[in-house]
Amino acid sequence: MITEALVLSAILFVIGTFGVLVRRNAIIMFLCIELQLNAVNLSFVAFSRLYGIEGQLFVFFVMTVAAAEAAVGLAIIISIFRHYETVNVDSFNLLKW
Amino acid sequence: MASLAALLQGGGQTADGGHFEPFFPGLVVILPLLGFLLNGILALQHARASADAVRGGSELDLGDSSSRPVTHTLPTWIGPGVMGLAFLITLVNFTRMFGAHLEEPVIVHYWTWIATGTFTVEAALQLDQLSMIMMMIITGVGTLIHVFSVGYMRDDPGYPRYFAYLNLFVFFMLVLVMGSSYALMFVGWEGVGLCSYLLIGYWFSDREKADAGKKAFIVNRIGDVGFLIAMFLLYKNFGTVDFVPVFHDAEALIYGGGLVTAITLFFFLGAVGKSAQMPLYVWLPDAMAGPTPVSALIHAATMVTAGVYLVARSSVLFALSPLTSAIVAGVGAITALFAATIALKQNDIKKVLAYSTVSQLGYMFIGVGVGAYAAGVFHLMTHAFFKALLFMGAGAVIHSMHEAYHSTHSHEDAQDMRNMGGLKAFMPITWVTMWLATLAIAGIWPFAGFFSKDEIIWKIGEFGGAENAAYSGVYAVIWIIALAAAMLTAFYMTRMMVMTFHGTNRTGEEEARNLHEAPAVMWVPLAVLAFLSVFGGWVNVPEALSSGWAGLGGLLPMGEWLHHWLEPLTAQAHHIQEVNLGELSHSAPLVGGGEALWAAISTLAALAVVAITIRVVGGQTVVAVKEDKTQLTGFSRLLYNKYYVDEFYDRVIVQPIIRASRFCWKVIDAGFIDGVVNSVGWISKGSGWIVSMLQTGTVNTYAFILTVGVLFILGASLF
Repeated sequence: MITEALVLSAILFVIGTFGVLVRRNAIIMFLCIELQLNAVNLSFVAFSRLYGIEGQLFVFFVMTVAAAEAAVGLAIIISIFRHYETVNVDSFNLLKW
Repeated sequence: MASLAALLQGGGQTADGGHFEPFFPGLVVILPLLGFLLNGILALQHARASADAVRGGSELDLGDSSSRPVTHTLPTWIGPGVMGLAFLITLVNFTRMFGAHLEEPVIVHYWTWIATGTFTVEAALQLDQLSMIMMMIITGVGTLIHVFSVGYMRDDPGYPRYFAYLNLFVFFMLVLVMGSSYALMFVGWEGVGLCSYLLIGYWFSDREKADAGKKAFIVNRIGDVGFLIAMFLLYKNFGTVDFVPVFHDAEALIYGGGLVTAITLFFFLGAVGKSAQMPLYVWLPDAMAGPTPVSALIHAATMVTAGVYLVARSSVLFALSPLTSAIVAGVGAITALFAATIALKQNDIKKVLAYSTVSQLGYMFIGVGVGAYAAGVFHLMTHAFFKALLFMGAGAVIHSMHEAYHSTHSHEDAQDMRNMGGLKAFMPITWVTMWLATLAIAGIWPFAGFFSKDEIIWKIGEFGGAENAAYSGVYAVIWIIALAAAMLTAFYMTRMMVMTFHGTNRTGEEEARNLHEAPAVMWVPLAVLAFLSVFGGWVNVPEALSSGWAGLGGLLPMGEWLHHWLEPLTAQAHHIQEVNLGELSHSAPLVGGGEALWAAISTLAALAVVAITIRVVGGQTVVAVKEDKTQLTGFSRLLYNKYYVDEFYDRVIVQPIIRASRFCWKVIDAGFIDGVVNSVGWISKGSGWIVSMLQTGTVNTYAFILTVGVLFILGASLF
């Protein structure tokens, strides 16, 4: 069972990473990051069968942080959208050399 | 506060006091320092007030003598006041020592100045016969010059600053002669150099005068290196730089050995710089840019004699090295002759006196070079009297000339003797006192200079003709040079007097009405010094002369007093001489003859030169500067231009140094070092600019780089 769970976790993580790299829509990129986090959560839960309850405990931490991050991240995206009327990250490149 | 109490009570510790109880010796040093602080505060206040006035669009009004600002009137009392008190305390100490028969120096400890490992330097004053004579000269002549300055500098806007510097100078000069170690002496040595710089460049808004100050300072540095190296050598070999232990241990040194020769030669280098001897004399004539009383105090009576004091103080070391002694005497002789010849053709009254000072300092070095340390100090003392008098007399003349030209707004040179002439009708007191000093410096019996100069000339023969003397041929030449320079001295001094005071007046009709005698505050010091110039030599009438014609058949008091007074300090050096040189000669070199005979010959010759000069120079027609079209030729032109020594130094030393400095600045510093430093900057800046291109502002790029980085690290950790 563990092997299948870890394989699924790896697939989800790669999809998330790929999404962050190739997509330009800030919301989509954001969701991909959530996907990565949840892929890691899945590994934690799977490993907890072998190594004890701490893995499941850690998932709650990740979920808490993810919730906080989602709140801040969405707020930033909304405020950017109000300013530029777009969420395409290629339009936001003022912060450079 | 304990140290202050100790300072006032004189510390109380005496090495071997005998019956001599020092009377507040610390106060002698502290009083001028106090005067400097008070006058310095006033000078700052004064400067602020005048800066405010200038900002307000006017100048600080000094008013007439009745309504001057307090910053201008207080220094009149503080400056000479502290000097007078210091002189009184010195006088008390002198009278106490006079009756005490002091064998060993009295050391008054205050605190430990330097304490590192085995090396300690005490802040301590040494009171002995030599430092006492120097203290008497410095505070005594110094007080007179301070009083004279009150009149001379009366209308100068920098009056409080002047007295602050002058007091500071006296403080350092006293540290120089009273310090109990070479280290303390060096403190005074550098301090007087600083004050000399400050006072030469006193009118610093004049570029030429400021440059003269710098020249004096820089030339003196060359000598100071020698002083320092000699001090290091002393420390390396004796572990201390205190006078008493060094001179005690010096007996173990080999007579004529390399070490003692090196030490004394380096000390002499210091003395050459400070006392303006060949080849470092060039700063002293330029130092005449300072106010004339400064020339009298610093550049005639006291500071420039510090080198002679150094050699006399280190007599034990110098006596141990016949080579150094010969060099000291030789340099002194060459300087005496060289400077005397330059003085023959100078027209600036102060320049004549400046070269005369250089020449007389040469005599002092001849004296201490031939082992006659008491004679050197004796000439130092009499020279302080008559040369301070001559300078202050010249100051009175310049003061009068300056006011005369000032009244008609003329820009003629108030110091050029061609503009003077016939001044004796206007300034009789100055005229008489300066003639007395001239006769004294010319070495005419019974004036002070006769006894001191004649003793030196006689001692050359005695020393050079001693049984085992080395370099006796050199001493014979020195003897001839000394006699010749004495005749030249008589000539140029008489020429100066004749050009200044005799003949017809060339100042101009309108101006002549404003010529006047100096006020009492100026002529009283002249009169006191004139008295000393006449009678000051009687304290040391040689035994051979005291019962003969020169001593009025024994009527002159105090035969060889100074000689006996300094005996405790010179005894060790004389002992070394006796052991190594044997019997001294009793006749003059080359031609023979006794002391009394040669004294008679030299005074008669000097008298003849004075008489001839009065006729010759008096018979010449001198014309004022603006009408003077004379083109000097040949040797007189060479003399007038001072042998082109300044030009030679400029060409050979100054310009190459400037060129080398410019090379170091432009090529090495600005080109190479700055180039390297700047290119490091440019490289960092450029590479930073290239790397900064990675910061695109696009989030995906960052995410991509991050991912690649993580993969790289993961991959690396697998293998």
